[in-house]
Parts: sequence; structure tokens; C-alpha cells
Amino acid sequence: MVEINPLVIFVASIFTNNMILANFLGMCSFIAVSNEIETSFSLGQAVTFVLTATSVLNYLIYHYVLVPYNLEYLRFIIFIIVIAAFVQLVEMIIERYFENLYYSLGIFLPLITVNCAILGVSLFMVIRDYNLLQSLLFGAGSGIGWTLAIVAMAGIRKKLKTASIPKGLEGPGITLIITGIMALAFLGFSGIVKIQ
Amino acid sequence: MSEIKKLFSLGVWKDNPVYRQILGICSALAVTNLLMNSLVMGIGLIFVTAFSSLTVSLLRNHTPKHIRMMIEVLIISTYVIIMDIFLKAYWPEMSDALGPYVGLIITNCIIMGRCEAYAQNNPPFLSFIDGATMGLGYTAVLLFIAFFRELLGFGSLFGIQVLGDSFMRWTLMVMPPGAFFMLGIVIWIARNIFPDQTEGGPVNG
Repeated sequence: MVEINPLVIFVASIFTNNMILANFLGMCSFIAVSNEIETSFSLGQAVTFVLTATSVLNYLIYHYVLVPYNLEYLRFIIFIIVIAAFVQLVEMIIERYFENLYYSLGIFLPLITVNCAILGVSLFMVIRDYNLLQSLLFGAGSGIGWTLAIVAMAGIRKKLKTASIPKGLEGPGITLIITGIMALAFLGFSGIVKIQ
Repeated sequence: MSEIKKLFSLGVWKDNPVYRQILGICSALAVTNLLMNSLVMGIGLIFVTAFSSLTVSLLRNHTPKHIRMMIEVLIISTYVIIMDIFLKAYWPEMSDALGPYVGLIITNCIIMGRCEAYAQNNPPFLSFIDGATMGLGYTAVLLFIAFFRELLGFGSLFGIQVLGDSFMRWTLMVMPPGAFFMLGIVIWIARNIFPDQTEGGPVNG
């Protein structure tokens, strides 16, 4: 596992092991927020940032605090606390120093804490035994992949607004079916690189 | 008694967390390629939801309002850790198969949603039942999806071959796209049965 080139992990986590399309993580905000391209992009940026930072933080805490004291089983609690605390911190910093950014990103930050992609990346990192650089690129790649998927979905849903969709399929139903088709398309990348 | 009956019909059928409230679908998609995985995941979720609701309800008069979310997350994590350790000890293969999705029960918003919406304001016993029935509704949908995915994808049910060798396997069904299509279809059917669905609603985690 450890010998995989970090760049391979980076590319793989964007295309072949996309967080949404291959691992189903972060579906809920994906369905809820993918109405507008701009908001999707803002959320994507926020997710990428938090994902990259928390995967590194969680890596350090896991390997330098939890493992030496044999507390691996506490990782769920620790990871979720780190994520919540980090999101809170980022929110305060952005509110204080970058007011414009706060208004475009601010409302999404609390949402990110419960986005399962964030916790999922930290858990995958532990299960797959990545080193620091691999974790960093895995976090960043996953975030970019997530952003790519949600922005693409927002673009498709914009076109869908004028389409007539069968009754009962509007909203989540059609979004899921389109996601399925997108996942199908992304399977085409699977020949490029493979992790796991 | 009638209260329990009402909760039961809400959780399992009329207000089902998966197809009505669109909650907790990450794991609903991820583990449904095999019936056995779905069953274990469902039982785990029933356990965590029921006991988290119970604990939150017991502590509801002693929890300061502004940090209640944090407390709820800690309570949920505790039960998820118990489940994770239990699985690792007694069924390591299943623990490997479910991978990170056991840990991700923490961010499954069904649990948080029930704690916030029901257990905060109701007595412990009813909260416990409410959590358990919501978990049951989740399990039912998971098994329904997994039934079709495993049957068409592997030609088997619970790992036992039922369709024979001549059956052409729909490999697509056990890959991610199959999961999206199945859940989309389930939601479509459900919305035709219950057409009064209000659009939007809480969608998180």
C-alpha cells in the first residue's frame, strides 16, 4: 500500500475513486446544494480546503497521539472533534478577516462538519495506511473530485429545469439517476489508474 | 400503545428516513451490493439510533442547549465505537467488508435527525422506540435495494446461488451506477405512492 506514488493517489481520487461517484460519500449535500453552479463551486472550494487540512491534521493526531498510546479505537470521536473544531476555527478566521469570502462560503461551513466525505477521507486514510504526503494529496484530490462532480451536476440540473420530468421523479429521484449515469461515464476512467 | 403503533408506521412506512426524508443515503448506496452487508449495517444502525435516542432523551434536561449538538455527536460516536469494536472482535471479515462505512454511521443524519427532532422533547422509552423504528425503516429499504442488486449482480441471495449458471450477471448492478439507479427508482416509486411530498426538506450528511 505504502509504495503507491502519491501523484497516482491524487489522480485516482479525482477520477477513478471519486468520492461521490465511486464511494458514495457526501451524497446528502451533493443532492441538496447542486442547484446552482456558483453555490456548488463555493461549497466545493470549502470542502476541498477543509478536506485537505483535516486529512493532514487527522493523520498527525492519529499517528503521533493515538497510535503511541494504543487509543486507535477512539479515532471516530477524535476525528469528528478535529473536523468540527477545525470548521469552527476556519469560520471564525474567515468571518474576521475575509468578509467577502465569508458571505459566499460562510453558510456552507457548518454544513461541512456533517459532510461524510470529510470523515470518510480520514477513515480511508487510516484503513489504507497512507503516509503524510499521500494523505495530503488524497485529501486534496478527493476534494477536487467532489467539486468536479457537484459542479457538473449543477450544470446538468440547470438544463433540467426546463425539461419535463415524470411525476415523482423530480428532485432527488432524477438527481440520483443522473448521478448514476455520471458514475457510468467516470467508469471510463478506470483504466487510467487504480488504487485499492 | 397507540403511540408506539404510530411511531412504527411513521418510521417504517409513511415517513421512512431513506425514501421520504432522503437521509442517510451515503451508506444506503455503499453497502447494498450484498444482502448480508446491508443486514449487518441495518442492525448496527438500529442499535446506534435507538440507544443514542435513549441516551439523548435521558440527558435532555441536563444538557445546555447551545452545546447539545456536540453532546449528541459524542453520544453517537460512543455507540458507533462499541459497534465497531464488537464487529472487529466477532466478525472481522464483515468489519473489513464494511470498511469505513461503520465509522460513517456517525455522520448518518438519520441518527442526528432523530436526536434533534424527537429525542430532545420526548420521554426516554418513546425515543428509544422512535430511534429503533427509524432504523428499521432504513434497514427495510436497504434490504429491498440489496435484494435486487445482489440478485441481478451476482445471481445470489445472502451468498446462496439462486439463478443458476446460465444467468447472465448484470455486473453493473453491483458497481456504483447500479446503486444510484436503484435508489433513484425506489424514490420514484415511493413518491408515486405518497404524492403529498413537500419539496426540499432537510437534506444533510
